[in-house]
Amino acid sequence: MPEKPVAPEPPAPDPHDGHDGHDRSAVRTLLRLWPYVRPVRTRLFTAAFVAIVASCLSLVIPLVLKWLVDGPVADRDPGGVWLGALYLLLLGVAEAVLFGYRRWLVARPLSGVEARMRADLYGRLQRLPIAFHDRWASGQLLSRGTTDLMLVRMFLAFPLTFLLVNAVTILAGYVLLLAQDWSLGLVLLTPVIPLVIVCSIFEGRYGVVARRAQDQVGDLTTVVEESVLGIRIVKGFGRHRSQATAFRELSGRLRGTELVKARLLALIWAVITFVPELAIGAALVLGTVQVADGDLSAGTLVAFLSTALALRWPVESIGFLLAMSQEAATATERYFEVMDAEEEPETGPATGGTLSTPAGPGTTAASGTTAGGPGGVRFEGVSFRYPDAPADAPPVLDGIDLHIRPGETLALVGGTGSGKTTLTALVPRLHEASGGRILLDGEDIALMERDRLRSLVSMAFEEPTLFSASVGENVLMGADGTAGEPELRRALGVAQADGFVERLPEGVATQVGEQGLSLSGGQRQRLALARAVVGRPRFLVLDDPLSALDVHTEARVEAALREVLRDTTALVVAHRPSTVMLADRVALLSRGRIAAVGTHHELLRSSAEYAWLMSGEGEGGAR
Amino acid sequence: MTAQTDQRTSDPFDRDDLPAPPGATGALLRSLLSAHRVRVTVAALVLLVKEAAVQAGPLLVAYAIDEGVPAFRAGDHGPVLAVALGYLLCAALSGVLQYVFVRGAARVNQDVLLDLRGRIFRHSQILSVDFHERYTSGRLISRSTTDVESLRELLSEGLQELIGVVLSFVSISAILLYLDLGIGAVAVASFLPLSFLVRVYRRRAGAVYAERSTAIAGVIVKFAETMNGIRPVRAFRRERVNETEFAALNHRHERSNGDALLEMARYVVGSRLVANTAVAGMCLWGAYRVASGSLELGVLAAAVLYMRRLYDPIDRLGMFLNSYESAAASLTKIAGLLAQEPGVPEATAPATLPARTGSPGREVTFDKVRFAYRTGGEVLPAFDLTIPAGQTVAVVGATGAGKSTLAKLLARFYDPTDGAVRLDGVDLRDLTTPDLRRGIVMVTQEAFLFSGTVAENIAIGRPDATREQIEDAARAIGAHDFIKGLPDGYDTDVRKRGGRISAGQRQLVAFARALLADPAVLILDEATSSLDVPGERAVQRAMDTVLAGRTAVVIAHRLSTVEVADRVLVMESGRIVEDGAPSDLVTDEGHYAGLHQAWRESLVG
Repeated sequence: MPEKPVAPEPPAPDPHDGHDGHDRSAVRTLLRLWPYVRPVRTRLFTAAFVAIVASCLSLVIPLVLKWLVDGPVADRDPGGVWLGALYLLLLGVAEAVLFGYRRWLVARPLSGVEARMRADLYGRLQRLPIAFHDRWASGQLLSRGTTDLMLVRMFLAFPLTFLLVNAVTILAGYVLLLAQDWSLGLVLLTPVIPLVIVCSIFEGRYGVVARRAQDQVGDLTTVVEESVLGIRIVKGFGRHRSQATAFRELSGRLRGTELVKARLLALIWAVITFVPELAIGAALVLGTVQVADGDLSAGTLVAFLSTALALRWPVESIGFLLAMSQEAATATERYFEVMDAEEEPETGPATGGTLSTPAGPGTTAASGTTAGGPGGVRFEGVSFRYPDAPADAPPVLDGIDLHIRPGETLALVGGTGSGKTTLTALVPRLHEASGGRILLDGEDIALMERDRLRSLVSMAFEEPTLFSASVGENVLMGADGTAGEPELRRALGVAQADGFVERLPEGVATQVGEQGLSLSGGQRQRLALARAVVGRPRFLVLDDPLSALDVHTEARVEAALREVLRDTTALVVAHRPSTVMLADRVALLSRGRIAAVGTHHELLRSSAEYAWLMSGEGEGGAR
Repeated sequence: MTAQTDQRTSDPFDRDDLPAPPGATGALLRSLLSAHRVRVTVAALVLLVKEAAVQAGPLLVAYAIDEGVPAFRAGDHGPVLAVALGYLLCAALSGVLQYVFVRGAARVNQDVLLDLRGRIFRHSQILSVDFHERYTSGRLISRSTTDVESLRELLSEGLQELIGVVLSFVSISAILLYLDLGIGAVAVASFLPLSFLVRVYRRRAGAVYAERSTAIAGVIVKFAETMNGIRPVRAFRRERVNETEFAALNHRHERSNGDALLEMARYVVGSRLVANTAVAGMCLWGAYRVASGSLELGVLAAAVLYMRRLYDPIDRLGMFLNSYESAAASLTKIAGLLAQEPGVPEATAPATLPARTGSPGREVTFDKVRFAYRTGGEVLPAFDLTIPAGQTVAVVGATGAGKSTLAKLLARFYDPTDGAVRLDGVDLRDLTTPDLRRGIVMVTQEAFLFSGTVAENIAIGRPDATREQIEDAARAIGAHDFIKGLPDGYDTDVRKRGGRISAGQRQLVAFARALLADPAVLILDEATSSLDVPGERAVQRAMDTVLAGRTAVVIAHRLSTVEVADRVLVMESGRIVEDGAPSDLVTDEGHYAGLHQAWRESLVG
């Protein structure tokens, strides 16, 4: 049996300390649930108590039945019979009510615990660094938020209570057994030690396999999600069969793991069934001999054995109760792997301004002392490498010095993979610069509150994402709730989106996004642009904002955008001359460094790489 | 949030309630289990024998006391030995059978789940792009995870519980009837109110579980949407708004989850009350009959002991019903998904394409093609169009002019409402999927990368391609350099360390995919939008060299791609308004001339 999880693709490279089942204690993991259980602890404990009382009642009812038959019925005592039947009825009603009461006590609280844990997970995920999301497939996150949490809820509802109830029952049973005949009682105690050992071995192994199965469910979730997100490619290349094969393989692996789980469960269950039976058998034989020798009365033996048989179910059930607990423990572990990940710090890493000299004067071409000062956006010796990048990889951005003057629009041009998008992501701190600092109007962004920073900087991404909401809501998202109908109209106008929005079935109230009408790339891009400008942001970052537009529309958007850009400090990633024309100046990014800054015409003349990027002619520049 | 859903409840997609034909849920369950009929029977038998072995315990106790003790006193150790052996045998048997049953049941269980997951996945892959745009990935995830999970619960415990319940009810009722017809009849009669309780529970729980399944799907959809759009979520500070919206969805699930548990509590109280009242009643009646002499005391004593055990399995029945209702609700959702007809069905009597003659391209014909949405809106009025083999056709026009619809008809993402699209004279509807996809490949604007390595992503174009062919394709499109620069080159996992790939780079990978597929007809639907000028040039070069002679349909906003076309179609409101060589159209005073003028102006600066 493999001792280590061999999940084909560990969900994340190394954020969690090795979960190889040895240094892990299921109990310790489950104890981490306490903060969530704490608010409902009274109900949960009451429910456990009620369960114990109800089980005791269930034990008393047969006694009353016996008493009824042996006493009043045998004595032909009608009054006694009525009384007995009344007791029986009362006990029965009490039992029924207690059973229901226990379930009623925990129903809402436990759904509440599950919901709270899910809400916390969601909230946490929204605040984890983008780098975290780059690494984790969303299927793995999703499976933590759904199937894993259901396992936790089921654990709290059932195994937790019944491990307790059964333990009490077994303990009480043993006290009764030892009281009835201590030597036979000892015989029944002998299997306890081997069973405890077997159970603990089982727990360790089962935990490892359960964890593997849960990871595989996460992988499966990822495949399903990708098969929908990439459906056009799957269809376009007629690959639905090979996708199905891949899926089949993965679900086949999950089946294999589940069967290993079943084998372990079958084994522990068989042992737990067999060993106590054996002990009861031994007690029976020994007891029979004692009865024959006259050391024991037949009645005592019968009573003893019926008590022992009554304990059979509580003992047997421990097998699957342990299995469920173990699954809940690994599910909890998976849950806390995400919850333990570091949230984005509110203020960035201590840059301390020790790096590089402020404002490299050499790079900003016309760094007149007048425009200098604190205004605009200033990159000072900014470097960036992904936190998870191999140590020997060159940084994505290296020593970026750049100044965008207040009200100025700077175009950022560079070859594929030169780091343009990464550079734009640093401004609203979607990624944290690894070195140097970025100043907005003289203020270091690393020291700003993230929310404030992001309310100052507005963005349009390379890939325009619309959320499941109306067109109007999607656009107004960019404005902090301060904008109303006129701003919405204006923004749609700037993006030349007013025309097509009007023709949508319900105008600005039309639902778009994943759960709504699907729009074309160009339409989505225009809405994303409208979203970026609707709040009249002080700083605007646009990543290739016009790529999906046709020439006529592009020209109209440009004209309108110029008006907006006139009094906004903006950084625009550009792939084409037409987009570059929006800008006052252009910065050429090459292999993570600023290679040149100037106007379009200056750079066309002075930089071969720039000319190549803009016209596609000439040699491949710095490649 | 709720206001929106209420407003649109007429749409089954929004309610997450796709209609399934009546009886489809049961039929689905039967068809899933029918392949395992033998194994289910064997498992049931194993369980029966095991129960018998377990029940032998009390009998052996009786035998030991009645026979063993006197024999032992008489010096005959035989019966005691027999008891010892018998007990050993029973213990071993129940242990072994327990093992066999758990493993056997798990095998059936897992095979059924594998089958069901596979069916959902395969069917979802056959359904049209259209369908997926409305159904969302979150719902599909919910169907293949949480909904499958509830069937798993039913199968893993349900069988055992059901068999146990039926076994106890039947055997103990029989014993009671045998002991005394009257008491037995009362016991059987008590099943009437019980079955009523079961019916009420099923009706109420069924509705609750259907609601719960919808609710969790809603949670998943929101969850997935947030994680996939995490960048804009952050940049536009949507965290708090999202949390509020998520809380509402989460709360809906919490409610229905709690409701389900409360339904169970209600059932348990009701059924226990009936059972305990019946026991009390039977005792009372029995006692009176003993008093009046019409019943033996011993019979009553025995009957009383069995009565109580008669109702032991009531709770287990509840658990079974619980998992059954939950599974039934989920299966109904799954059946609704599986009942969806693919918008683009597979060919029933596939035709074969004629062998390519000379040119690697094929001729495309739109024969009186008309396309309208099912709701009635006409997108493309009837038109004819022939693209000779090897011709490169550019399609231009404003957003919404119908360019993409034309492309999707050619790629057979949709079928035309009237008329036919033909490839070398063969209707696309008569081609097998492999033939169709060897013939026609479409590259779209959204360049999605699947989990896996870069090489694997390119190989989607041709799964059996060698590493050399993959690299050649990448080289031809100018993607080789950046791929080489990734931490593990072609083996870089796009999700792992340093595997971050920009939109432009993704488009290059998508092109490499298309080159590798080597189709007869290539459709580029705004596939160059994120490329910079050199990237666009590389694409053009590839079309001139690697793809020379292929029929190509290019939809592009950048007229640089259009310039190399042999022919230009200008579309407006679903109609082809201009058709000719680019050089001819430029000199005309038409739409194309205008577009071209604007484009030239956008180039200079």
